[in-house]
Amino acid sequence: MASLDDLKKRITSVKSTQKITKAMKMVAAAKLRKAQESAEKGRPYSDKMHNIILNLSKNINDKENAPKLLAGSGKDNVHLCVVMTSDRGLCGGFNSNITKKAKSYFKKILDSGKELKIVTVGSKGFDQLKRAYKEHIIENISFKESKNVNYFDADKVGKMIIEKFEKGEFDVCTIFFNKFKNVITQIPQEQQIIPLKSEKSDDKNDVMNYEFEPEEDEILNNLLPKNISTQIFKAMLENSASEQGSRMSAMDNATRNAGEMVEKLTIEYNRSRQAAITKELIEIISGAESL
Amino acid sequence: MSDSFNLEIVNPEKLFLSLDNVSEVVVPAFEGDMGILKDHISIISFLKPGIVKVFTGNEVKELYVEDGIIEFSENSLSILTSRIIDIKEIKKDDLSSMINEANEALKDENLDDQKRFIANQKIDVLNRLN
Repeated sequence: MASLDDLKKRITSVKSTQKITKAMKMVAAAKLRKAQESAEKGRPYSDKMHNIILNLSKNINDKENAPKLLAGSGKDNVHLCVVMTSDRGLCGGFNSNITKKAKSYFKKILDSGKELKIVTVGSKGFDQLKRAYKEHIIENISFKESKNVNYFDADKVGKMIIEKFEKGEFDVCTIFFNKFKNVITQIPQEQQIIPLKSEKSDDKNDVMNYEFEPEEDEILNNLLPKNISTQIFKAMLENSASEQGSRMSAMDNATRNAGEMVEKLTIEYNRSRQAAITKELIEIISGAESL
Repeated sequence: MSDSFNLEIVNPEKLFLSLDNVSEVVVPAFEGDMGILKDHISIISFLKPGIVKVFTGNEVKELYVEDGIIEFSENSLSILTSRIIDIKEIKKDDLSSMINEANEALKDENLDDQKRFIANQKIDVLNRLN
């Protein structure tokens, strides 16, 4: 059995771990509120963008000459996957949930004999994927320096993706991120951004007659690259809210577990202390009796 | 009230401005400035760097935009832009750094005409503000 001293040391160590996890939980909670707020504030922009593109693409009758970002390159050979994760750890299953989702998608692509290219955003995703998919990873981007999610970072990623697309380096682009539902639930998502998947709307009546200046396709050419950046930005915002939420619940669990452990250790400590006292007493009494 | 319409200006970070009593908006559309009044035909267009003027009653608000898309339908105007600054809040330092940024972009040999035009336009507007 461990000595009294050892037990005491262990209790102190667990207690200080508990203090750290508790502090991290508080910090995550504060950051979560901010991240959630900015995710909500960012929604009008991406919603409006989506609406305008929807309206535009409905008005384009000449599907064959539609911009490539909308219609695709006509092939389906090379898939680019953008896996968006966090730069920091200790956030529960946040990063592994995304990579798990991504890995099953990778497998599907590789099994069907298509080429796979991976771009990782955030260093944790890169760490988790580099072992199995090292030869597929073409780029690793991390925004450790920027404190908050901002549009210009997203724009950089977006421009890079478009540049690669225009060079014909890939045909289909999918992004992976965690959608923030609430503090406990984050849903890993895959979203295809090139070519743009337009949802089918059943009623044709909501097609508005718009005046376009300049022509539809020119506006679309201008708008689609922006939409890519916007989608990435949205994913980044959702991700950062999810990361904080996930960290908060992970740290909450850790704090609770540490509490339980301290309780158990304290009982053990008290028992062995009592045992030592009893032993000493018995020794004294039996010594006295033998006289 | 009868001659006013809604205006929403959003940037990626937030809803920048939302007004429901705008009488006129002048936007720097790509093919020239465009004034929008109530009951304008539904239109989608995109912007070049310039000044958006918002008229509410007797007040005029001037905002610098770098790019963007406008959509007008059913008497509500949405402006989506990646960078928008109120002219009153613009600082000299920011101005000069933005001008430098545009000048840098112009140095790129492979710039296509459209991008060159936009960069030149940007410098022009910023210099006027300076």
